[in-house]
Amino acid sequence: MSKELIRLHNLCMAFDDELVLDNINLYINDSEFLTLLGPSGCGKTTTLRIIGGFTTPTSGDVTFDGVRINDVPPHKRQINTVFQKYALFPHLDVFENIAFGLRIAKVPQAEVEERVKEMLSVVSLVGFENRRIDQLSGGQQQRVAIARALVNRPKVLLLDEPLGALDLRLRKDMQNELKRIQQQMGITFIYVTHDQEEALTMSDTVVVMNKGRIQQIGTPEDIYNEPKNAFVADFIGESNILNGTMVRDNVVKMYGREFPCVDGGFAPNEPVDVVIRPEDIDIVPVEQGQLVGTVTNVTFKGMQYDIIVDFRGFKWLIQTTDYSPEGGRIGVRIEPEGFHIMKKSEYSGMFGDYSSYSEEYEELADAGVEDEEESEDEE
Amino acid sequence: MKNKLSRFSVPYVVWMGIFVVAPIIIMVIYAFSNGEGGFTWDNFAQMGAYGSVFLRSFKLALIATAVCLLVGYPVSYWLSREGASFQRIAMVLIMLPMWMNFLLRTYSWMTILENNGLLNQLFHKLGIIALYNNITGSEIEYFSMIGTQGAVVLGMVYNYLPFMILPIYSVIVKLDGSLIEAARDLGADSVTVFRKVILPLSLPGVLSGITMVFVPSVSTFAISRMLGGGTELLLGDLIERQFLGGAYNPQLGAAISLVMMAVVVICMLVMNRFGEGEEQAVML
Repeated sequence: MSKELIRLHNLCMAFDDELVLDNINLYINDSEFLTLLGPSGCGKTTTLRIIGGFTTPTSGDVTFDGVRINDVPPHKRQINTVFQKYALFPHLDVFENIAFGLRIAKVPQAEVEERVKEMLSVVSLVGFENRRIDQLSGGQQQRVAIARALVNRPKVLLLDEPLGALDLRLRKDMQNELKRIQQQMGITFIYVTHDQEEALTMSDTVVVMNKGRIQQIGTPEDIYNEPKNAFVADFIGESNILNGTMVRDNVVKMYGREFPCVDGGFAPNEPVDVVIRPEDIDIVPVEQGQLVGTVTNVTFKGMQYDIIVDFRGFKWLIQTTDYSPEGGRIGVRIEPEGFHIMKKSEYSGMFGDYSSYSEEYEELADAGVEDEEESEDEE
Repeated sequence: MKNKLSRFSVPYVVWMGIFVVAPIIIMVIYAFSNGEGGFTWDNFAQMGAYGSVFLRSFKLALIATAVCLLVGYPVSYWLSREGASFQRIAMVLIMLPMWMNFLLRTYSWMTILENNGLLNQLFHKLGIIALYNNITGSEIEYFSMIGTQGAVVLGMVYNYLPFMILPIYSVIVKLDGSLIEAARDLGADSVTVFRKVILPLSLPGVLSGITMVFVPSVSTFAISRMLGGGTELLLGDLIERQFLGGAYNPQLGAAISLVMMAVVVICMLVMNRFGEGEEQAVML
């Protein structure tokens, strides 16, 4: 087990009486790739800025290697940051941008050259030394920003939505690249994103946040397979979230019917939230179905069809490779492993119903998220 | 490349032709002609006699520019770090005097600086003059402020300081805050952040500020005549005399204007070369 490097203890942050972080407790191990994941305004960037030293928490402690660093200014922390919009120095070329931290540390010229060269090869930018920043593409600027931070050999690298401005293709490439760099350098990465796929792809540990609170901490598999509440289930991937009753261990009741499942540890007849992933639902002929519903919408997604099925007024999302016509009646079966049972939480009933599902709606929601991110930066 | 002018640009082109290009051509013709209209270099040869005026003009303009920079940069810098509402009010206060004719403002400096002006009266009341006499054993009735080079520089600084503050301020205030955070993140303390990030990135503002203060300062004539008491002859006064004064000689006046223009243009070219690559220079 690797050793603990950073600990956030009862961390609270308020801006003008508005609680942005509410009692955050988190420890981060050495050489770990940890992702803070959540919608905009969830406090993930604030958490990162506190670790970086740009913001002082209202209360609570930040310790680094066991030492409290609340009041240590950013330039004295062994932590470097890759900023959301890269924040490269426009008056310096690529070489001098990367060398910036070394120059301040008064590293001898020969060593500066050696280390910058080494970094350029790590981020695959050899030969770009004398380019001006405005002559680089977004992806290249991104790499310079990473090299500029890593050349100082920090113990921790903070990354604030570093791939947000890149197109999809480049984003996928950079995800692999970042993971490779992290493993090659063997240092801790703390990564902030609102993109759940990015988080699942790269991280050792994912911290899901919402409204200034940590919702769940776990490996990507844990988070996806065993979401702790409706918010996490909805935010990570697609989920149908239904009201149910845990009759006894391994039996859950929905729609007045009992289904076998593999969860336990609840009080008898405890009301619960039941999560069913759209890909865990099998479509079967009506007479063999555990439940029978009407298809109300079919969308071709390339790898699969997204179909919306109405089960007594509650609309489910099902992902399937078999085409079912709109208006048709279908039966569904769900394996016991397909049910994920969660205790009721403040989020119960807020997510997991696909009644308002439509493609346009999804796109609008995405655009909204990005706009909010923009305004968050300008503060 | 086709360079067809849109028909809407015609009035502008005509205007520029009549009021900018034609006067320059007339000036050049005058500068190279004698009283009878023949070609001559005499006008430039005569200028040697006025070398001291050239020197004084450039010296005072340089001092005024330096003072404006020394005062204007810190003001711009601190201003940009204040709250938004304070910045707005401060900007209005800085601009406010510029909405009044500068001759009026210079007249008021006359009444302030005169031998029995407001400032000397104040010194008298406060006993500063008596104190000075006691200490030095002199018997002055007033400090002579008007009619000195200092008064001329003061007039220039007072009139042109906003032209230094505005471009520097607008560059600094637009600086991306994340650049400063990035520098701190990379180990820079506040002095280093200023030296390695803020200062180099604000150079375009500084350059345009210097230009906007230096050029009008070097050619000013009202300020020097009113605050310099006519004793501190500057280029502007010299040129004016060739056209309006007793020394009527428009050919010489044109030649001096031409040389002054050339020197200013050369200064600006050198400056722009110095600031090359900083395209975001703010021109007001």
